[in-house]
Amino acid sequence: MKKPPLFEEHVASVAAVAEPPESPSAPRRMTLNMGPQHPSTHGVLRILLELEGETIVKADLDIGFLHTGIEKECEAKFYQQVVTLTDRVDYLANLSNNLCYALAVEKLLQLEIPPRAQWTRVMLVELSRIASHLVWLGTHALDIGAMTPFFYCFREREDILRIMEMFSGQRMMTSYIRVGGLALEPPRGWQHAVGKFIRAFPAKVDEYEELLDANPIWKRRTQGVGFISLEDMLDLGVTGPMVRAAGLPLDVRKNEPYSSYDKFDFNVATQNQNDVYGRYRVRMQEMRESAKIVTQALEGMPPGPFKADAPQVVLPDREKMKTQMEALIYHFKIVTEGFRVPAGEVFQCVESPRGEIGYYVVSDGTSKPYRVHMRTPSFGNLQGLPKMLEGGLIADSIAALGSMDFVLGDTDR
Amino acid sequence: MNHPAILETKQALGELTLIAEPSQIVSLCRYLKDGEKFIRLSAVTAVDWYPALAQDGARFEVVYHLHSIERNQRLRIKCRLPGADPAIDSVTGVWRGANWYEREVYDMFGIRFLNHPNLTRILMPIDWVGHPLRKDYPKHGYKYGYGNE
Repeated sequence: MKKPPLFEEHVASVAAVAEPPESPSAPRRMTLNMGPQHPSTHGVLRILLELEGETIVKADLDIGFLHTGIEKECEAKFYQQVVTLTDRVDYLANLSNNLCYALAVEKLLQLEIPPRAQWTRVMLVELSRIASHLVWLGTHALDIGAMTPFFYCFREREDILRIMEMFSGQRMMTSYIRVGGLALEPPRGWQHAVGKFIRAFPAKVDEYEELLDANPIWKRRTQGVGFISLEDMLDLGVTGPMVRAAGLPLDVRKNEPYSSYDKFDFNVATQNQNDVYGRYRVRMQEMRESAKIVTQALEGMPPGPFKADAPQVVLPDREKMKTQMEALIYHFKIVTEGFRVPAGEVFQCVESPRGEIGYYVVSDGTSKPYRVHMRTPSFGNLQGLPKMLEGGLIADSIAALGSMDFVLGDTDR
Repeated sequence: MNHPAILETKQALGELTLIAEPSQIVSLCRYLKDGEKFIRLSAVTAVDWYPALAQDGARFEVVYHLHSIERNQRLRIKCRLPGADPAIDSVTGVWRGANWYEREVYDMFGIRFLNHPNLTRILMPIDWVGHPLRKDYPKHGYKYGYGNE
């Protein structure tokens, strides 16, 4: 069995391959190891940079440090238990993952989801998109040297996390979207909490923009940095705000509407500046569009049940369980032996804050998924990173990295 | 869509699936990308049908998810591979983005992709023994055993 190369060995092998300088004036190459514990790699990403002076000649990515075997674990769990695992894939966009998995299984079951559940799903997913973009903006600005936006962003993110806690009892790992609807009835007074936040929020976005857009350092560090062509991005599997910043309105919410997104009026934010600054503009615009969607959901929330009428799949109400024999039996059966899903396969996509999530769920007719493959946006996006870094300066690599907004849990699963 | 590599076309749950001949996967993908405008490769993965199909010489299914922005359509290609030394041509020449996905399939299922530029493990450590997503691989790995010893 081949032993893993130590870092020194790797450096030696790279040095052996690299051509020796022909004359004393020819540039000497140097290999620099960045990560996996580098604070600006946003997780455990290791990049081997080959440098010529300050210029990056070659970037090699090394991922897998956060691999937890979630796909294997899914195969040993009941369909309803997998929901909690999908939370942990992308911990900043857990609801998008919940939603994608739930939609995939519902498609296999051919379940009809009541409108109120669909609209609540959309509202919460959009709130979590805002929260995710806020984390991105705060940390990205911090990486480049602007400290203040971080505090502003986390102040608003805290409000969103409080709303999540109100709905589900959890701040981050909510598991609120379940197969067949929602985990719990939306709490009393949620309209007040969401309304208060969403009325104040657009002004907050203006505040962040004021902090950054008027700042010459921010502009110098972001404009014209981290270029990658649209053709390269599509070829390498990059999705999300990265592609939209290059002018292509590629958005699953618009192209293949799910969970009644077609009933909402919103625009796909695009920019024609294919650099770090353009991606920043796209995400700021997306926060505004998300706020619009949340407002529409708040105002037009349809009445009705929050779970599908499918007693074999959806857990019964607590009250019914104590008074009705059938409800008790169904509850016992779902908890102890799960629900059976007809054999088949489905590939369901949703738009997460980072790009296209795709869940490929294969069922063999039992109550446990036969195979769950997660097409995660960060995994696809990271393949485009070397293209972005090569040819740039090492100081710009942090800006380019940050503009991609990847989550390593999402990459390694 | 008309290509000699397509063995069967299936439409289920609103999704189109092509069962393809593994030896001609590159020419089929080239045709779908250039002729049918499926310019995006969304994902590559595999399914292990052990032990049900292990005898039939079709233990593994390699699954490609394609996406056409122009036609706003998704497409799935499946290739069946035998259990003993499964190998298929790499499509990295068609979409460079297939690189990591094929490495992941190699890492998790032990399916070799021929003519791949860098077919090494991607998620598991380099010295890992076995391919975790195979169905005959124990959930807790080979290193630790629980219960009946």
